[in-house]
Parts: sequence; structure tokens; C-alpha cells
Amino acid sequence: MAFYDKLFSALGLSEWCGTSDDKAPLSLADLAAQAGGEEASGPFIPIPSFDNLHESCNRIWQSRDVTNGIEEGFLAAKPVLKTVLDPITQPLSWILDGALWLFEATPWFIMVPLLVAISWYASRSRPVTIFVAASIMMLALVDHYDVAMQTLSIVFVCTTISVLFGVPIGIAMSKSDRLQKGVVPLLDLLQTLPTFVYLIPLIFLFSVTESKLYGIAIILYAIVPVIRLTDLGIRLVDRDVIEAANAFGMNDRQKLMRVQLPLALPNIMAGINQTIMMSLAMVVIASLVSAPGLGVNVLRGIRNLELGVGIVAGIGIVLLAVILDRVSKAALTRVDKTQVKH
Amino acid sequence: MTQPMVRLSGLYKIFGARDKDVLHHVQDGMGKEELLAQHGHVLGLNNINIDMQAGEITVVMGLSGSGKSTLIRHLNRLIEPTAGEIIVQGEDVMQLSEDGLRHARQEKMSMVFQKFALLPHKTVLKNAGMPLSVRGEDETTCDREAAKWLERVGLSGFENHYPAQLSGGMQQRVGIARALTANTPIMLMDEAFSALDPLIRTDMQDLLLELQKELHKTIIFITHDLDEALKLADHLVILKDGFVVQQGEPQHILLNPNDPYIEDFVSDINRARVLRVRSIMTPLVGGKVPKDAHGEVDVNDTLESMIARSGGDTSHAYVVKDGEKTVGSLDMTELVRALVPRVASEAGARQS
Repeated sequence: MAFYDKLFSALGLSEWCGTSDDKAPLSLADLAAQAGGEEASGPFIPIPSFDNLHESCNRIWQSRDVTNGIEEGFLAAKPVLKTVLDPITQPLSWILDGALWLFEATPWFIMVPLLVAISWYASRSRPVTIFVAASIMMLALVDHYDVAMQTLSIVFVCTTISVLFGVPIGIAMSKSDRLQKGVVPLLDLLQTLPTFVYLIPLIFLFSVTESKLYGIAIILYAIVPVIRLTDLGIRLVDRDVIEAANAFGMNDRQKLMRVQLPLALPNIMAGINQTIMMSLAMVVIASLVSAPGLGVNVLRGIRNLELGVGIVAGIGIVLLAVILDRVSKAALTRVDKTQVKH
Repeated sequence: MTQPMVRLSGLYKIFGARDKDVLHHVQDGMGKEELLAQHGHVLGLNNINIDMQAGEITVVMGLSGSGKSTLIRHLNRLIEPTAGEIIVQGEDVMQLSEDGLRHARQEKMSMVFQKFALLPHKTVLKNAGMPLSVRGEDETTCDREAAKWLERVGLSGFENHYPAQLSGGMQQRVGIARALTANTPIMLMDEAFSALDPLIRTDMQDLLLELQKELHKTIIFITHDLDEALKLADHLVILKDGFVVQQGEPQHILLNPNDPYIEDFVSDINRARVLRVRSIMTPLVGGKVPKDAHGEVDVNDTLESMIARSGGDTSHAYVVKDGEKTVGSLDMTELVRALVPRVASEAGARQS
């Protein structure tokens, strides 16, 4: 005799429910009760959960049906999803593999000066450039140059793709309030959903050996700030200046290219900086699904309790993060300079 | 009279979602407060009819909330009217397609803004050349024209500065240069000098009058400052709560205010500086010139200069000349009488 029996008979649903002939134990507590020949004893009024209601009415689901249902639904949709998504995302694998090859194949005596030159060009700051050179040489000294380059190549590809997609999406959002209302919850979801949670369906969809698996995971996580800040940046452009652009007869394209994007650029750059940081953070988690790089060493440190290996790799990631952050921030302030008094 | 450059007729603007539905209430005479209380809509403009003549400065004056900034934005349709006609150079702006409207904004009307609204990431030269580059002119032409007009407004040497490096007055000079570079027959100036401090403002007014003497543009100037309005206006329009209280020649409005609102306004004005001899002289009838005249004066002399000239002696009389022609006579007693506003002379009309 379960607690909710009376409720269903009062509602006249006994017929619909059918007789409770399912005697399979639902939980360890049930099992113990069966063995002891007593009813499972719970609180006086049990919480109206699926499992408790099921005891009184067979037609009601059990909670395990929900998780089963999700799994079965996903598995049923998988062939379709796979035929659609696989070809679309295939180029991502090629790009990731190509970049990885390029970063590894380039000899260090070309790569290091190139990176230093890029930091100089982007930041025009002597301290930042010196710091970049010193950090890379330090990584090389402890034989982490190769893995650091692998990580860098992944970050490079994922950030570039995030910007290529994120900026146009942000522009579209700034033009349409309706689109913004639709996209913002999605961005919130991407940002708050624990990263492992969307790794699971991705593993089902793609093979773990394919590089696009971690590519997609990183991009989904890292694209959010660049979209948000592009949208915000364009919306924050001074209304008076937009009005002037209208008054002098600019068309939408001219307005976007000559007024809105240049004035939103500092915000967009801040978004790109955040995107870089987030893809670097995701690289470690992505090593769970076969992403190469420093994350693999961190993972090895955790798995085998190799403290030194884990910490050295961790410090390597910090160094990369500081390099990328400082260079992109220096570039940002340089861009911003035309707007402030100098 | 020839066809006006800009003609506004029966122009209404109501802010709100159902503006067209509540329009008939306004046309039936409902006021601003009633409309807001009963229908939740804000009355912006109420039956505006103004003709703006080519080559003249039309000043629209009113206090904040009187709808003057709304009015000027109708000319280039930055704001869409609820009802009414806007005819620019014989062409109905309301009938223009999107392309046509953009074309009109590029070729016919340029605008100067209260808050300058320059592009902060472009140099002064590029800012001034913007209207031309929007039209697709090549860079050399843009830069040449921009440099020419920057020099004209007294900014040569600042071409490669950024707007943030300039003072407010200089930024507005860039704004004016930008409007002049557009080389449009019509210039819309929305409280263009209101954000500047008084001395700079006077400078800018002089600059505008000097440019106008040469360029003869059709200027529509918005201001809340009566002194500025009287200084610049060929045609003065006074706006209150979205309707035109009085419009006409500024001297005429000053001497014959037709509404207590305007009387209130004009009573604080330094009349000696604003009024000119032509407004108060006795026109010449039958070619008789006062025999005891103390001298000849020009029709456009201000009363202030007359007082200085007569040394304050009210018994003097003068012959008024327009160029070579004798057009009237001026009695200093008349002049003194004109200095006192009509309201103030009626004792107790304005107690405060």
C-alpha cells in the first residue's frame, strides 16, 4: 500500500493506472524492505517524485525512464545528426591538424623569432616583447617547447574561428532585438553548462580520435565573449554620431564599416582577449578527448599522481596565458588610443 | 514671392504607438497635456506651417520641450512626421524612396549638431571630408575640399589632430567645415552653438554671419537663446508646446509681440542693441525732411549707436538714409519710447 494510492482512486484514475503488479524493487531500501518483509519506510508524506507516484500508479514513469529516454532519443537522432554535422565540421579537423603540423614542423629558430616579431607588431611594447621571448625560451629549457606549440596552435585556430563566426553573429544581434533575445539565453547556457556536459554528446557524435571533437568543444565555450562584446560594443556607439552618419546619407554598409565597427573596436578587442583566455582554459579539459598539448601533461600528473609533471605543465599554461593576455591587451590599448586625448 | 526653398505645411508629429489614430484629436484642438493624460501620447509638433526662403537664415526659437529639435529633424526625415507635407526645392520629401532620401541628405541638406557628433577615430581632415567620401568621391578630392573649408573656418594646421584633442569651439568649427564641405544649398543647425561658452558662441555667430554673407545658403538654425535668434535671424519662428506662436521679421516680432508668452520673452532683451533705425523711423511722406536735422543716419544702425551719437539728447532728430536715398526721419523721443517694452509701459502688466 503506497502513499499516493488514495489520491489516484479519489481522482477516479484507478482503472487507468492498472493494478500494481510490478514487484521489482526500485531501490536498495525497497530491496531491504522486501527481504525483511516490511514496507519501505520513508517520511510520513513522501515527496511526489516519479518513483513514488509510480508505486501507486503503473502508468506513471519511473525517473530512470527520463534518463533512458534522453539517451535513446539522442541515439535515435545520432545517425541524422552525424550525416549532417560530420561533413560540415570536417574542415575543422583539417584546419586543426594542418595548424598542428605547421607549428610542429616549423623549426624553433624560425618559430621563436616569428612569435616575438608578431608580439612586437601587435603590442609595440618593448617589455611585453621581451617577456614573450623569455617565456618561450623558459618553456624550451624544460623541454616543453613542443607541447606548448601544440597548445598554441589549437588556441590559434579556435580563436580565429571564434572571431570569424562571433563578430558577424554579434553584428547581427546588435541590429535585431529579436535575435538578441533569442541568442542571449543560448550564450548563457554555453557559458554556464559544465564543459563536461557538452563533451558527452560530442563524444557520442564524433570519434574521440578526430581533432574536430575538441575543436568544437573549445569553440563553443570560447565564442561567447566575442559575440557578447561585439553586440554590446555596437549598441554602445554614441547615438549622436549615428545620427550624424544618417544625416549625411550613409547607407547601412557605410555606417557599419566607417562608424559602428571602428567605434566598437575596443569592446570587440576585449571580447577577443576573453575568447583567447577561455580557449586556453578549455585546452586542458579538451585533453581528456585527445587534444594534444600541455593539457596532456597536466592530465598525466592527475592520473599518475606525478606532481612535478603536472605542476611544470600547469606553469607552462600560465606562462602561455600571460603571454597571450599581455599581447592582446597591449594591442587593445593601442587601438583604443585614437579615442582618448594624447 | 518666389517658391520657398523649404515649405512645411500642416506638419504634425505625435510620439507614441498609435499616433495616426489620435491625430484627429489634435486636429480637433486637443492640447499637449490632455493628449498625454487621455491617450498617453506626446504631442511633438502641432500644425506647423513655415516657408523658408532661399538664402535666408530661418531661426526656430523655443524653450526646451517646445519641439524645435524635432522640427529640424523632419526636414531630412531623421524623424518621420505623423502627418503633413515637407517640400524641399519643390520636391516632396515624404515621397522619396530610401535611396532618394539618402541622396537628398547627401546633396541637399547638411547638418551641424549640438554635440558636434564628429567621428572620434578620424582626423579633423577626414571628418571634414566625410560628406564627400560618403558620396564616393576619391580621397584627393575629399582632402582638398576639406582642407579648403577647414582653412575657411580658421582651423588650418589642425588637419591631423583628432577631435578629442580640440576644444569645444574648435570641434564645432570642424562640424561647420564638415557641413560646408558637403556643399549643400541647405544647412540645418541644431542648437549648434548652445554647448559653447558665451564668448566662443559670439565668435561662432560672427563666423556664421560672415560665411553667410559670402555663401548665401539657406540656413535653418535652432536655438533657445533669444539674443542669438535676434542676431542671426532673417525670419524668426517662435515655437511653444509644438505650435508656432508667431513668425516673421525679428524686429517686427520684438515691437509687436502677439502673445503674452513672447512679450515675456522679449521683455528681457537689450532692445537698444537689437532694434535698428528702420524699425522705428517715421517713413518719409511726400519728400519732407525735418529742417532741424542733426545729421544723417543709416537705416541699419542700431539704436545703441544712435544714443551714443546723440549724446543722450532727446531733442535731436535725424535724416535716415538707405544708401543714397533718403527714406525717413528719426526723432530721438520716438527712439526712447521704443526702448521700453509695450508690456512694461502698461503699469503692472508684469509685476515680478
